[in-house]
Amino acid sequence: MAWVNAIIQGVLTGGLYALFACGLSLLFGVMKVVNLAHGDLAVVAGYVAIGVITVTHIPVLWSFVIVVPVMAVVGYALQRTLIQSALNRSVLTTLLVTFGLSIVIENGLLQFFTANSRGIGSGLALVRDSFKLGSKIQIGYLPVVIFVTAVVVLLGLQYFLSRSKYGRLIRASADDQEAVQLSGVDYRHVFGIAAALAFATVALAGIAYGMGSQLDPTMGSDVILLFAFAAVVIGGLGSLWGTLLGGIVLGVAQQIGAQINISDEVLAGYIVFLAVLVLRPQGLTTRRAQS
Amino acid sequence: MSTPAGNGHAAEPLLEVSDLVVHHGQLQALGAISLRVFPGEVYAIIGANGAGKSTLLRTISGLHHPTTGSVVFDGQDVTGLRPEQRARQGIVMVPEGRRLFGSLSVEENLQVGATYARPGPWTIERVYELFDWMRERRSQRTAQLSGGEQQAVAIGRALVANPRMLLLDELSLGLAPVVVQRIYGMLPQILGTGVTVLLVEQDVSQAMRVASHIHCLLEGRSTLEGRPADVTPDQVEAAYFGLAGVAPAAPGAEGSEA
Repeated sequence: MAWVNAIIQGVLTGGLYALFACGLSLLFGVMKVVNLAHGDLAVVAGYVAIGVITVTHIPVLWSFVIVVPVMAVVGYALQRTLIQSALNRSVLTTLLVTFGLSIVIENGLLQFFTANSRGIGSGLALVRDSFKLGSKIQIGYLPVVIFVTAVVVLLGLQYFLSRSKYGRLIRASADDQEAVQLSGVDYRHVFGIAAALAFATVALAGIAYGMGSQLDPTMGSDVILLFAFAAVVIGGLGSLWGTLLGGIVLGVAQQIGAQINISDEVLAGYIVFLAVLVLRPQGLTTRRAQS
Repeated sequence: MSTPAGNGHAAEPLLEVSDLVVHHGQLQALGAISLRVFPGEVYAIIGANGAGKSTLLRTISGLHHPTTGSVVFDGQDVTGLRPEQRARQGIVMVPEGRRLFGSLSVEENLQVGATYARPGPWTIERVYELFDWMRERRSQRTAQLSGGEQQAVAIGRALVANPRMLLLDELSLGLAPVVVQRIYGMLPQILGTGVTVLLVEQDVSQAMRVASHIHCLLEGRSTLEGRPADVTPDQVEAAYFGLAGVAPAAPGAEGSEA
């Protein structure tokens, strides 16, 4: 039973990992930007939510409604300024710039919020309560809600990319920046929209994470970015369903590792990550080495 | 622009390129090229590999920025505009090598072309009428199409934007002669909708057949300009290959810096 429990908890955690990872995958897939500040953005969103809740006393869940759109706008603005000007130089420059951004964000958070870890809405019934499955397995409502949210968000993202006008322009701009311009498309605007989506999803994930556990200023690069990378690589680049699968595999591996020995939780995840890199470097869902 | 129209044209030029100099890094790709294209014309730029034909077209469409010189479209100076702004004003290019969106279907490629379309006669539906095979294969990826079919999609993608001026860069590149014939055979139907065409072609005889005006480049300079009927094969040959005693430019020709 303990093993079944570990698998269920792992799957639910995987939803959160996928939510962290899909924006990373999107930015890489569309403009070849590896956003090293991706995890820090999640943490920023969480802290901004804490700030907004503290100052305005709005209900915790309303913070999503405020912070997620704000992060989307920040994403658009950063893409149009900092990231685009780095891209104009070279893709490698974007690595340096996003790495710098990561350092700035972490130190800014340390400055404003100290190094203490903080949670979001820990008093809420949604966060506290759980239900029982049989006699042994106890499942929290929050992980279930987060998992369902992740699936809905990925479905929505998939639908947006494959069916909407801007989704089509995002895919076309990813294919050929020059050719879209000849069709009257400003690819910089399109990239901005892709970045807005990436920032919005990672903000959602960051606040959700802060509700389930504790945020601290440096975990963006220490924990979240690495888990997001692992989820993307395990699942296969450029596929949203792969990202979900990758998140789930990572989550299950971690929970099984923790079941064996509580200190092996993170290690088990990376062993699977390494195994996928060695045995199936294109990821579990991608057929050939990148389409 | 109040430049007097030459060659019997009464109208103002739709496109006027003046003294265009373009560099690729240190290398000068175009040296002071001037040309005027009038509404309804098929204006062909000919020349050998590396003559600067594609550079000229890419500069007109905005993908390259000239060192000096200007591009005036319908009386408005567009030299400082970005490619997408020029496209929305009606300068639409079919790029060399087709450059379709490989992860999109045929129809999605056309939809991207139509996103910022000007009002006009061309719709996706009309493109399907022009290329009758395209409708039933509209949901295929473009990679599954033959070279000629891909070229047709690239032309369709440009047409649905309802260009006033269509720039065609080396349509015949990599295609079988019979396919090239078929694609050029479509030109009258396209012209019939009021589009003006500026094309680049390595195949001189093809260009001479379809063009109302030809302009030969050699190593980034104009060597010959005129109506196909007014130039002799010898002149064209000399201008194309840069043989000794380069042919005198045809009457009324510009770009005599060569």
